[in-house]
Amino acid sequence: MSSYRIQGATGDWEVVIGLEVHAQVISNAKLFSGASTEFGAEPNAQVSLVDAAMPGMLPTINGECVRQAVRTGLALGAQINKFSVFDRKNYFYADLPQGYQISQFKHPVVGEGTVTLDLEGGVSKGVGVERIHLEQDAGKSMHDQHPQFTYVDLNRSGVALMEIVSMPDMRSPDEAGAYLTKLRTILRYIGTCDGNMEQGSMRADVNVSVRKPGDPLGTRCEIKNVNSIRFVRQAIEVEARRQVDIIEAGGTIDQETRLFDPNKGETRSMRSKEEAHDYRYFPDPDLLPLEFDDAFIEAARESLPELPDEKKARFMEALGLNDYNASVLVAEKESSEFFETLVEALAKATKKDAAHIALKASNWLTGDLFGALNKAGKTIATSPVSAEQGAELLALVEDGTISGRIAKDVFEVMFETGKGAGSIVEEKGLKQVSDTGAIEAIIDEVIAANPGQLEQYRAGKDKLLGFFVGQVMKATQGKANPGVVNSLLKPKLDG
Amino acid sequence: MSNIDKATVAKIARLARIKIEDQKLEPLAGELNNILGWVEQLSEVNTDNIEPMSSVVDAKLRWREDVVSDGDKADSVLKNAPNAEYGFFAVPKVIE
Amino acid sequence: MSDLTKLKIAEARDLLAKGELTARELTEAHIAAVEAADTLNAYIEKTPEIALKQADAADARIKAGDAASMTGIPVGIKDLFATKGVHTQACSHILDGFKPEYESTVTQNLWDDGAVMLGKLNMDEFAMGSSNETSYYGPVKNPWRAEGSNADFVPGGSSGGSVASVAGYAAMGATASDTGGSIRQPAAFTGTFGIKPTYGRCSRYGMVAFASSLDQAGTITRDVRDGAIMLESIAGFDPKDSTSVDIPVPNFEAALTGDIRGMKIGIPQEYHLAGMPGEIEALWHQGIEWVKAAGAEVVDINLPHTKYALPTYYIVAPAEASSNLARYDGVRYGLREAPENGALDEMYETTRAEGFGDEVKRRIMIGTYVLSAGYYDAYYLKAQKVRQLIADDFKRAFEKVDAILTPTAPSAAFAFGEKSDDPLAMYLNDVFTVPASLAGLPGSSIPAGLSANGLPLGLQVLGKAWDEETVLRVSGVIEEAAVFTSQPELWWR
Ligand SMILES: [Mg+2]
Ligand SMILES: [Zn+2]
Repeated sequence: MSSYRIQGATGDWEVVIGLEVHAQVISNAKLFSGASTEFGAEPNAQVSLVDAAMPGMLPTINGECVRQAVRTGLALGAQINKFSVFDRKNYFYADLPQGYQISQFKHPVVGEGTVTLDLEGGVSKGVGVERIHLEQDAGKSMHDQHPQFTYVDLNRSGVALMEIVSMPDMRSPDEAGAYLTKLRTILRYIGTCDGNMEQGSMRADVNVSVRKPGDPLGTRCEIKNVNSIRFVRQAIEVEARRQVDIIEAGGTIDQETRLFDPNKGETRSMRSKEEAHDYRYFPDPDLLPLEFDDAFIEAARESLPELPDEKKARFMEALGLNDYNASVLVAEKESSEFFETLVEALAKATKKDAAHIALKASNWLTGDLFGALNKAGKTIATSPVSAEQGAELLALVEDGTISGRIAKDVFEVMFETGKGAGSIVEEKGLKQVSDTGAIEAIIDEVIAANPGQLEQYRAGKDKLLGFFVGQVMKATQGKANPGVVNSLLKPKLDG
Repeated sequence: MSNIDKATVAKIARLARIKIEDQKLEPLAGELNNILGWVEQLSEVNTDNIEPMSSVVDAKLRWREDVVSDGDKADSVLKNAPNAEYGFFAVPKVIE
Repeated sequence: MSDLTKLKIAEARDLLAKGELTARELTEAHIAAVEAADTLNAYIEKTPEIALKQADAADARIKAGDAASMTGIPVGIKDLFATKGVHTQACSHILDGFKPEYESTVTQNLWDDGAVMLGKLNMDEFAMGSSNETSYYGPVKNPWRAEGSNADFVPGGSSGGSVASVAGYAAMGATASDTGGSIRQPAAFTGTFGIKPTYGRCSRYGMVAFASSLDQAGTITRDVRDGAIMLESIAGFDPKDSTSVDIPVPNFEAALTGDIRGMKIGIPQEYHLAGMPGEIEALWHQGIEWVKAAGAEVVDINLPHTKYALPTYYIVAPAEASSNLARYDGVRYGLREAPENGALDEMYETTRAEGFGDEVKRRIMIGTYVLSAGYYDAYYLKAQKVRQLIADDFKRAFEKVDAILTPTAPSAAFAFGEKSDDPLAMYLNDVFTVPASLAGLPGSSIPAGLSANGLPLGLQVLGKAWDEETVLRVSGVIEEAAVFTSQPELWWR
């Protein structure tokens, strides 16, 4: 793998990237109150008096949020801390009702772990996770609804977030993108976060610095709240470039918080907002330390499904898939589940070993179905063709009822109409003809109709065999069994 | 240890979001220094190997069930608001 | 019947049960007494309509044979406790107009037991003060006056309204809260009985927070038995408060056996302060003699870190307060002061500048400073370590003794303005009460004598965690020995 470098006037520069990801925990109720976490309610409808920080209101912790954080830690092979502490992070903002965010500072619930990136060309790389802590989300401020006022909705206030902090282990926009992709895949697999960046349930703060390869770490800037993987890549590129230009012009980098503007393709300083931040963290006296035992951790571990890396290895080793197909299929939990259902149904229909038909099934899925979904702007979850229907189609090919060629036509109709393969084949009379008598008659007709080509063939132009096969298939509208055609045609042509 | 000057008082006041008039900074610095000078006698106490108290009660944090048991009371939430419009709290515009 | 407002809770309870008194009569007498006590400034909000409604409900309940100990008993509620739809402002300007949509657990427990609410009681702003001079609603006057004088004295604080209403016969009992001595010190200043239970015994849900790790609700009554009755009503586990502990509440009244024979009572040597007034020292010695005479064994003990309790408290409490009071920002409730066309930050700064009083601002500033970058370890972390040492001192002492006896306050009530200009002098009021607060232990103040000029003095009894019963039992014995029959003259009626 070629390493990513920024070309400067003084030579090549290396980019060092760390990511802080805020992932909204999947739970019914909020971290410290019984209000719902659902999206899209009327303003302030999902707010308890605790979330609104009314005088005398107190936090009580939702055990499910703890379990989800621990499951996430386990999925990243991280250290789980049986003792952790909730701290208050103090600052004033209109959508922060308490005047502080309950977070974890010195003692997070999850310690060090790893995310394994799948990079181009089957290369993998481990990126360290420094910690995961639990904290409250803030509410939402809307600045564009009224000329004088900012409107505040507290529906998000108090929803549980996991802040997943990486080590500064990434060296290119691609690696950062691969990290986020992989992290999102894992969170979705285990069901601890829906990973939806557009809705804001997963957001990234990007720490970027540059250095000459081999030099110590440079001063970093933090680009706040970038909300798509594409923007994360772009932000890194422009920020790294900006830093190189400053240093090469003799300047220095100020450690600061910046904002990425995708329209202008630039990052800019948020210094005005940043002024004199001093969060005055201290342990929240309304809460006791968070403690749990090994049995709790083990139960969380047992609740984890097969993780993408494990699944990919199994797909390759037990089912004979190639690296590419296996990677594509495990990237989304839904795809891998579709695939497993497909293989199971196909094995059952054909009474063949899964290992025997899995590669064909994966080719059809990653080729035909993904292609069609892509074109139609659909996802595997909204696919008009189910895994069972896909298996029915592939089974028809396997048992020789239709040819691979016809199967593509049948699939098109299935995709459009949602009908089953069997009924389409039946309706349109697409069954493959294997009756030797009928095929022989057609072969005779074709040979008789093309005396010139027959002469050339017999004079040694072997390639014309294909022409004759094509003519026979054309005459049978593609339904003739190609194997039978081949075995009958050759002796007749040879005379 | 502590020697709070005018500028420090201004900085603390800003962190605490309390407006303090200029002429009050100096006297306040005096008061705060007085109090902090007095609490600094704690430095006499040997606290090596002492864990800071995390809670005065000897109890474990209880966990809630993950059920929606609250919310759906926007009226109550907004009832005491100095300014509420269209179901939102309204505050002077925040310049981002 | 003679003056119904002079009845104790236990007496009224028995009369109500026998049908010799109705809750309505009792309540009407108290509503009149509350009206007549305006001069004391104990009540900042009166709720006679609610009181009468509750009184009638109480009478129905008594008739139905469904009465609890507090059924029909008129009480006052410190403005710190949220009462649904009723003034709850912790006596701060910043909570102007705030009427909560919820009820504190402590008051809910009282209403569930059939108690009657007379109104909301004055207090130091956000419970920060020891003289009730920091209230936005003006100071409370102590019902007691010095012999041969018409001068006003402070009632102590922060539960100044609570003690004045009870000492002034304008409530049979009152809720109060104690962060560093706010129940015990004013009780001592007004000849009332105050008890602060173990931290975690009463729910903090709906109690406006000052310093979360220290705040604990308790009661003010005219004697120990009433304190036992009322405390039992407000106490109890509450899942809505993570620091509330799930331990059953004993029958506190049953603990008043009057028998402390063989009990070991500790006398902490460090509480002999240099320069302590002779009458305080004398009162303490008197108390020692009383418990000895009752058959207890008196043991000298050491609480070596006593000296550091006040400075520790004045780091921990302001630190927590600076954060707890951040929610008063003019956004969701209370006061909003916004300069025209000002930005959000200007609204915060103006609202908080005008909404908080000087003492509250001072403590927010101190708290902000000790938590700020570069100072956290030296101040806050250090204080939490010393706090642990203070708690350990008590733990060790309670391996040897069952209870501890000390004076409640280093002086009797003082005049208005006497200490309000000197924060440090004011803080010293709590020198005997703060250590137990830091350790989360239960403590009481029992009226035990009078100062040379005829003002009440109190003795403090401290107990082990969760052992309010011993505190109450020893308090009862001291009460009986002290025969404290003095009463303030009803000069305000
Ligand atoms: Mg961050
Ligand atoms: Zn965060």
